[in-house]
Amino acid sequence: MENLIALLIAAPLLGAVVLLCGGRRLDRTGHWIGTLLAAVSFGIGVALFADMLGRSADDRTLTQNLYTWIPVEGFQADMAFQLDQLSMTFVLLISGVGTLIHVYSIGYMEHDERRRRFFGYLNLFVAAMLLLVLADNFLLLYFGWEGVGLASYLLIGFWQHKPSAATAAKKAFLVNRVGDMGLSIAIMLMFTTFGTFAFGPVFGAVGEASEGMLTAIGLMLLLAACGKSAQVPLQSWLGDAMEGPTPVSALIHAATMVTAGVYLIVRSGAVFNAAPDAQLVVVVVGAVTLLFGAIVGCAKDDIKKALAGSTMSQIGYMILAAGLGPIGYVFAIMHLVTHGFFKAGLFLGAGSVMHGMNDEVDMRKYGALRKYMPVTFVTFGLGYLAIIGFPGLSGFFSKDMIIEAAFAKGGTEGWILGGVTLLGAGITAFYMTRVMLLTFFGEKRWQPDAQGHEPHPHESPKSMTIPMVILAFGSVFAGAFFEIGERFLTWLEPVTGYEHGNPPVSAMTVTAATMVMLLAGVGIAWGMYGRRPVPVLAPRGSFLTRAARRDLYQDDFNHVVLVRGGEHLTRSLVYVDHSLVDGVVNGTAASVGGLSGRLRKLQNGYARSYAVSMFGGTAILIAATLLMRAV
Amino acid sequence: MNPVNYLYLAALLFTIGAVGVLIRKNAIVLFMCIELMLNACNLAFVAFSRMHGNLDGQIIAFFTMVVAAAEVVVGLAIIVSLFRTRHSASVDDASLMKL
Repeated sequence: MENLIALLIAAPLLGAVVLLCGGRRLDRTGHWIGTLLAAVSFGIGVALFADMLGRSADDRTLTQNLYTWIPVEGFQADMAFQLDQLSMTFVLLISGVGTLIHVYSIGYMEHDERRRRFFGYLNLFVAAMLLLVLADNFLLLYFGWEGVGLASYLLIGFWQHKPSAATAAKKAFLVNRVGDMGLSIAIMLMFTTFGTFAFGPVFGAVGEASEGMLTAIGLMLLLAACGKSAQVPLQSWLGDAMEGPTPVSALIHAATMVTAGVYLIVRSGAVFNAAPDAQLVVVVVGAVTLLFGAIVGCAKDDIKKALAGSTMSQIGYMILAAGLGPIGYVFAIMHLVTHGFFKAGLFLGAGSVMHGMNDEVDMRKYGALRKYMPVTFVTFGLGYLAIIGFPGLSGFFSKDMIIEAAFAKGGTEGWILGGVTLLGAGITAFYMTRVMLLTFFGEKRWQPDAQGHEPHPHESPKSMTIPMVILAFGSVFAGAFFEIGERFLTWLEPVTGYEHGNPPVSAMTVTAATMVMLLAGVGIAWGMYGRRPVPVLAPRGSFLTRAARRDLYQDDFNHVVLVRGGEHLTRSLVYVDHSLVDGVVNGTAASVGGLSGRLRKLQNGYARSYAVSMFGGTAILIAATLLMRAV
Repeated sequence: MNPVNYLYLAALLFTIGAVGVLIRKNAIVLFMCIELMLNACNLAFVAFSRMHGNLDGQIIAFFTMVVAAAEVVVGLAIIVSLFRTRHSASVDDASLMKL
């Protein structure tokens, strides 16, 4: 079975190569090839999963060593894969949700003449992400990591004729580079400390390294995770990444890219367990991002940007859970999977709405769409109930577990983290209810556009609604399926480890508190957007609303601190370059020039002056020879 | 007669030639002065040859004559063409190659 692992990656990679090199003759069939190869990858994943279930929990890890990638004495990197329960979970999520998004894109991108290329990029994205989660060493993981960065750049900037899309792609790429730098430094530190960067040896030797070194590695890994998973302080690319086509947003937010950071931290759990300081920073980053994303999500009128804020916040939950150590790893991954279902569903729903509304994204110009798009309404609604944690749906179980684990951290820390996660749950309920009410309820608020075309909202084609329905099923049942008999916990525990925390309050109390926050959030949102008509033009709003509309001034902060700071730095470097470096060079040149200007005067063209110098030179030579002989 | 006297004569001739090169402008005179220096050297070579009792100096004198003859051929050709274009044999007029 282990020989199949490489095929998981090879199938979508083949798709990418064929579609990107195949040229226009594949324009008519390209999307089918891409979708088929993604589905093949999912099929192989399911086969491997079935095989894995057939073996005992200790015997489930498969490895495959293709060849030695970099054979250097003392530095060996293998093209080797490792498929354990954690990788398996990701493989199914990536290829499964990825395939659904491929199917959806067939309809969504139907009128785009570059659809073949789009599918090539999607395949590349899936292949890179699979490589990332299947690698058995950090260097290969880094390869996949960079591949994901490249594919996201290509897809976010897919409509490159729009300057905003090109800029957003560049921004995502650059911000990600900062995180990538963290990962490369972490790999270098690992190599100097342990002499290797393969997962097994590194995690096995953690006990021998000093805590300071482990903390440094942990913080660098966290920086990497912040970049890919859009956590504070590297969160600014996520909102702008909405410039890409909607299936891309779904893919980035649900199946690939942003989940990579969570994977990295959970995978490197052994390092973090031994570095409590690094863990604390992880938890803080998660908690801050959780609130940051939620607040931003409350104020956005662009449906995709509101969902982007929500992703940031939900990934914050996962990072926070991953930072809690063994009491949280399993729940981080569980929330990641359930989030994969409902967030993909929500994004595809948003795409479906935009598809019917002439690509309008402003929710204030929607309203009452439930009558026009019943399937989208129901699937989006189920995703909505799942994300706010409606009892029985998947988000309810996974989020509840994280809140409990946060309380179980213990001490003041536990209370603070528990409070933050509870508050986050309330805000989530608020902003998602707001999205729901603005889009599907109330009066219709759309108007004819500048050319006098009034949008005619209609249900999307089957290729788009079927993936939404499947994802809605996942959103509803995944949580309960995982939770009954603690299936997910038993499944993942051999890899990530688990210890049961003891929250200072009972689980029932936590659930009750979550429900209260949920009701409060929904109630406030209904009071603001459901009970009274929504103005088409956004009101000025309070200071907080205006700040949140501007993403809590993240870009302004980056501009003032990093861009201006960088400009000042380069200006001073240019000054030093001009005055000091150029001064030395120009000074040398000037003195040589001046000297030669004087020497030039000797060449006056008069034969007799040359003769004098010849006689003088000869006389000096003869005198010197005689003198030497005399001495 | 003491052969050293020939050396004195050679030194005298050489000095006359050198001074002539330095102070005269006419290319032909300059040329003659150079010939004078060359022949002063020849005289010294032959005198040394006589003093040391071997033929080395005399052979070198022949070489010098060959070189001098070749030099005269080239040099006179240059002077003639210079005179044709500039109507002057003054070496100071031919100072155009300076920077």
